Amino acid sequence: MTWQFEKQHTYPRMKVDLQVLETPLQIESCTAFVQDISCGGTVVFIGTVRSQTKGRHVIGLEFESYIPMAIKEMKKIAADVGEKWDVKRMCIQHRIGTLDIGEIPVVIAVATPHRAAAFAACQYTIDTLKETVPIWKKEFYADGSIWVSAHP
Amino acid sequence: MKITILAFGIAKDILGARQTTLEIVEPTTAGSIKSTLMEKYPDFIKLKSLALAVNQEYVDDDTLVKDNDELVIIPPVSGG
Repeated sequence: MTWQFEKQHTYPRMKVDLQVLETPLQIESCTAFVQDISCGGTVVFIGTVRSQTKGRHVIGLEFESYIPMAIKEMKKIAADVGEKWDVKRMCIQHRIGTLDIGEIPVVIAVATPHRAAAFAACQYTIDTLKETVPIWKKEFYADGSIWVSAHP
Repeated sequence: MKITILAFGIAKDILGARQTTLEIVEPTTAGSIKSTLMEKYPDFIKLKSLALAVNQEYVDDDTLVKDNDELVIIPPVSGG
């Protein structure tokens, strides 16, 4: 399955870059995209694959996504963020495929005139992404694997 | 009417395939498709949640499903 998208989206008051990628994420491209001379603060969240979860040793992760809907849900988050805070620019990049320990599955960057809004908007974005965006994470251990959060 | 449903994450493992087809009688709803899937594949009942996306949007159980709709099983998401 392949889907094609325009990668940047224009909202009334902000510029947004939303991507789901199979290649390693470039933190610098996210931070460069959100630079804006009207903004005094940029907050960047970098998600990293950690080596253990709930006491189990993790050897790697695999992410998959229903990409067209993931982009739609990310657009909704961006629209909400634009309503709630004075955000001038934001970037969400999520990686899919197989990732090793220490690799980066997600980068979120938000730029606002004043820092408090950037912290709040960035936190809202990662928290909401984890609840609504159709991306699934499989954790691999030495003795098996599970789809994260699938079961109660 | 025959419908095709795509599956991701654990839903793909439960089906044993990326997609499945179901024979349904119109009019049908997202909720009845979910019930059919749970009957046919009881492992869906064990999940924390099960949603259906129609044309790339989350829908309520009452939503009517039409021919040519893009249907996707959405098990609990875990991005980030």
